[in-house]
Amino acid sequence: MTSMTNTATQIEQDVDAITANGRRKRVRDRDDDTRRTNWWATALIAVCSLTVLIPLYLAVVVALKTPEQLTTGTGFEIPNPIRWENFADAWVRTSFPQALFNTAIITVGSVVFTLLTSSVVAYALARNIHRPFFKGVFFYLLAALFIPFPIIMLPLVKQTAILGLDNQAGLIILYTIYGLSLNIFIYTAYIRSIPIELEEAARIDGASTWRVFRSIIFPLLMPMNATVGILTCVWAWNDFIMPLVVLTEPSARTLPLAQYVFQGQFNTDYTVAFASYLMAMAPLLVVYIFSQRWVISGVTRGSIK
Amino acid sequence: MTITQAVRSTASEAKAPKRAGRVRTDTKRAASAFYWMVWPAVIAFAAFHTLPVLVGIFFSFTNYAGYGAWNFVGLSNYVNLFQDDRILQAYGFSFLFAIVATILTNAFSLAIALGLNAKIKARNFWRGVYFVPYILAILVIGYVFQFLFSNSLPKILSGIPLFADNILANEQWAWTAIVALAVWQACAFAIIIYLSGLQTIPAEMYEAASLDGASAWQQFRSITFPLIGAFFTINVVISLKGFLQVFDPIVALTNGGPGTATESVTLLIFKGGFTGGEFAYQAANAVIFFIVITVVALFQFRVLQRREADF
Repeated sequence: MTSMTNTATQIEQDVDAITANGRRKRVRDRDDDTRRTNWWATALIAVCSLTVLIPLYLAVVVALKTPEQLTTGTGFEIPNPIRWENFADAWVRTSFPQALFNTAIITVGSVVFTLLTSSVVAYALARNIHRPFFKGVFFYLLAALFIPFPIIMLPLVKQTAILGLDNQAGLIILYTIYGLSLNIFIYTAYIRSIPIELEEAARIDGASTWRVFRSIIFPLLMPMNATVGILTCVWAWNDFIMPLVVLTEPSARTLPLAQYVFQGQFNTDYTVAFASYLMAMAPLLVVYIFSQRWVISGVTRGSIK
Repeated sequence: MTITQAVRSTASEAKAPKRAGRVRTDTKRAASAFYWMVWPAVIAFAAFHTLPVLVGIFFSFTNYAGYGAWNFVGLSNYVNLFQDDRILQAYGFSFLFAIVATILTNAFSLAIALGLNAKIKARNFWRGVYFVPYILAILVIGYVFQFLFSNSLPKILSGIPLFADNILANEQWAWTAIVALAVWQACAFAIIIYLSGLQTIPAEMYEAASLDGASAWQQFRSITFPLIGAFFTINVVISLKGFLQVFDPIVALTNGGPGTATESVTLLIFKGGFTGGEFAYQAANAVIFFIVITVVALFQFRVLQRREADF
């Protein structure tokens, strides 16, 4: 336990060191960048990005082909004629609306509960970190970052089954609780940078601790809320192992799980399977395309704060 | 600011200004609202995280199969673990995989981050492209990779025997395909961290260095790399810990096969614990795995921080 605490402190110092760096040396403004455009680097970056784009291209063209086109070619050819029915077939075979609904409800539920709970806990911890109880809780939660999921996995499944939480509600609870460790880590560093005088003014006016949190702290936490929200959203949407072990009813299965079942059942039916993969990836991908800068800056803030 | 500093400053601050005394009379005990904010979380965390850990440790000393009656068997699960070839092979695979994937992830993502940090055309667009893998479910995109390895590459690279015969069915080399998929996704996050590290380095340093006639490689070695040391540490620690627990990419590509050639520890715990009737045995395996991961993480911090301090 002591060694874990030590490491937690080390992470803390580490992260603090980075933040200090970031503050001291201001991020270079692009307008100040007087360097000449580096065409070699541009070309290299463009060529390397093909490694990202090729699998996506493959997913799209295979999803639009007929099975016959697939057997004759390598998969990379342009589909001709296009078979849109693949999507309709995938829609039916994976019960797409149901899986999408499950994933959406789990993701939204996890994000909402995470934002509401993690921020409150982090606030209480950050403002009382000099008190032994709160300090102990802080390190207790932080130590969990070192515990790998496999050690929890087997007993957890028994436990959720006994409690009747082997469903969507159970997953929302688990994501909210398991996210606590990292989220508190992200929030507390930020809360400590909020001057305490702001709160004291409100207290003198008679505001309760809850009121102070609701009206002053929570609104100021918006950048961190965005970060925690994005991380939780991507995690809950894409997670595979937790739904796989926790959920028991086929009707509760999430989008990644729906693809897993696909695998054994229609092994040769690649075109329909790929249409289904695309539909599973599309919602988050579309959101990302429209909020790309916001997402990246949110994730960056979370990882270096 | 470290915690201890934070504690010190908050404590002295609480004593010094008397005018705030009315508000902060409770220096010994926090407002009860703060306790109400924390207790439910502690209880929930204990119930759904700590309790399963303890239950797992408890059952690791029994012969519970996951159903039916059980007895205490002492340390025999642990003794058997170390004589089980399948377990040892899984640890061997996980470490080989994790070390290779960590090295490749950090090498590639640092290189890409350097490229993105140079003055290039449409930088934000490229940055957005490289981050795409992070938001895709690795299982789902893994199935696309599976098709690529088992259907496309055998036709495209039919001249190379390794790929022509479907690398995923090759007992000796299937793990490299899993590395490719895992690195492909992990790079997205690592690039962003390196990029934010690179942006903290002031341009003047490079100008000064180039005036002194330092080559690009010298600049990287003497300026860039030392200054992003902390980011390097974080990336290596995060990726190694994640890769040691690899699960999704294996399920998508080989499901542990051919045979048991690509079984990771997590996959083995999953398979044996849920379908193999080895609940207690795999619980013991998980305890050992936990110890291994903690030791690796502590070791990493020691080594990497010492190295960092040299600069």
